[in-house]
Amino acid sequence: MSALDILRFAIRALRGHALRTGLSMTGVAIGVASVIILTSLGEGARTYVIDQFASLGTNILIVVPGRTETTGGFPGIGGVANDLTIADAEALACEVRAVTRVAPVSNGNETVSAGGRSKQVMILGTTAEMRGLRNIEMRAGRYLPEGDWERGTSVAVLGSGIARDLFPGTGAIGRVVRIGDFRMRVIGVMAARGVTLGMDFDQIVMVPLATGMRLFNRSSLFRIMLQHDPQADVDRIQANVTRILVDRHDEEDFTLITQDAVMSAFSQIFAALTAALAGIAAISLSVAGIGIMNVMLVSVSERTHEIGLLKAVGAHPRQILFAFLTEAVLLSTAGGLVGLGIAAASLETLVVALPALDATPPTWAIAGALIVSIGVGAIFGVLPARAATRLDPIAALRG
Amino acid sequence: MIRLRDIWRTYDVGGRPLHALREINEDIEAGEHVAIMGPSGSGKSTLLNLLGCLDRPSRGSYELDGQEVAQLSESQLTSIRRDLIGFVFQSFHLVPRLTSVGNVELPMMFAGVGRRDRRRLANAALESVNLLDRADHRPDQLSGGERQRVAIARAITMEPSLLLADEPTGNLDTRSGGLVLDLLEELRSHGLTLLLVTHDPGVARRADRVITLVDGHIVSRMRGADLGDVNPYIAAVEAADGAAVPSAVGVSSGEPAR
Repeated sequence: MSALDILRFAIRALRGHALRTGLSMTGVAIGVASVIILTSLGEGARTYVIDQFASLGTNILIVVPGRTETTGGFPGIGGVANDLTIADAEALACEVRAVTRVAPVSNGNETVSAGGRSKQVMILGTTAEMRGLRNIEMRAGRYLPEGDWERGTSVAVLGSGIARDLFPGTGAIGRVVRIGDFRMRVIGVMAARGVTLGMDFDQIVMVPLATGMRLFNRSSLFRIMLQHDPQADVDRIQANVTRILVDRHDEEDFTLITQDAVMSAFSQIFAALTAALAGIAAISLSVAGIGIMNVMLVSVSERTHEIGLLKAVGAHPRQILFAFLTEAVLLSTAGGLVGLGIAAASLETLVVALPALDATPPTWAIAGALIVSIGVGAIFGVLPARAATRLDPIAALRG
Repeated sequence: MIRLRDIWRTYDVGGRPLHALREINEDIEAGEHVAIMGPSGSGKSTLLNLLGCLDRPSRGSYELDGQEVAQLSESQLTSIRRDLIGFVFQSFHLVPRLTSVGNVELPMMFAGVGRRDRRRLANAALESVNLLDRADHRPDQLSGGERQRVAIARAITMEPSLLLADEPTGNLDTRSGGLVLDLLEELRSHGLTLLLVTHDPGVARRADRVITLVDGHIVSRMRGADLGDVNPYIAAVEAADGAAVPSAVGVSSGEPAR
């Protein structure tokens, strides 16, 4: 009896009960579809978040004043003995070779007004390096000028939303805005970018670092952002940065955050979420497996005569086992393929509805769901198939 | 062909032994046509199952074609059933979703005969039972007689040396039953040994020999031609002082007393 014979025999048997076959196939299809759809959503969410981080700019280290362990407070909030200074940032720029860009940042909230319109916004005092560091695109004009960090000119770069709000219908370049007590000339408008990681780039005003510090009457920095050579050894850079700052401050009163650490933390959280979703969906697959087992048991008890006959005409118990197992596996495999189709169609629809979410099913989920659905047939088919082989042919023929 | 020596088949019923067959000694020659008669519960089906290697005796020796089969394993018995024995049943036992030719092909499929050979041999078998024109019909499109002829085609397609028939005409009207018997007898001319269980003296009379079982014993052996219109076991039981015969057993009708 060839494999093809067994297959043909099983297909005929399944076609003999089209409704029953269809229903138990549907069970598997729903299971497989839910595994694929849910994992796709989980993966989509993960890539969405990762992309958000990547849009920060890549290969970035952030130095924040304060030490979580020693001060007990949140880094960057509350008074710290040794604040980060422009000199610290300059030292890092000069002494750590693998660091390609250094952007010190000071920030605060202030009212921006022009032509009778005003708005409370976040002001970021920083340097020209910030542009490359955070991939800032300009819609018009230019970004903050390069040059001495200590010298602050009275210029401002507006977020696209602010430019639209303050100067509706007209260009903002060359116009004057009032920020707090200072008057500044608008030299550029950033391209619309939207919210990334809670910071709305469209509702932000950037001014030169020294201007910002004067504006908020501060001598310390909010943080220092560093971008390093992608090929460089991050651990070594971290060690160097730490050493230089400890030398300057006589103690480790700052915190170094790597973008990789944050990203991998988020990535892990979302991977766990995806796995949990897959697990929940897998439960529906095992329920479908029990459905298959039920259908096969019914089939065996309905076909006692046939099984008795097969035994009488010399079918080996192993052949009978294979025939019934093949039926179960066919059932679950067909269900799995249908489920794949359902998942593909649903995701297609979802992409239209939610273009931002890249809900592409991960390959492991597709392969896994198919393998599991085949396995479900094999595992849940064993019991009925063995029940078939164990039938006493005499009783089966009489019954 | 068949040599039975001191065959016992004992079932355990509620902790007490029930002897379905006791001390059976019998020889059946190749090409013989033997009918087995007996009341319900006399052990004739048990005997047929033993002969068909569907069951094993509790005790004794069964030689089939010179091979001792009483102690063979389940899987060895499967091979013997496949290669040496054909079965015909009262209720045909055709697989309802398969066509006639598909049903006839079944034993060959499990024996590993190739697809093309299978089809050719199945068609030949259907031709020998005059049903080639019904090859593509499913059982529900066939009459009872036709179904039994398909079952016979299936039983002979592996060219067995022994054909076992359990009430083959039990579900058929007289005319179809007669046709089926003609067919079975015709097969004997090819050297097939034919053993059939029946209640019908009209069927048994056509056999070379009639063996009568009562309570698991062989109580009489006679030539089929010597069989009268009365079930021989009635006479046999009466002769053995009428010990344990159920009075309600049907006499000489074509009906199965099941």
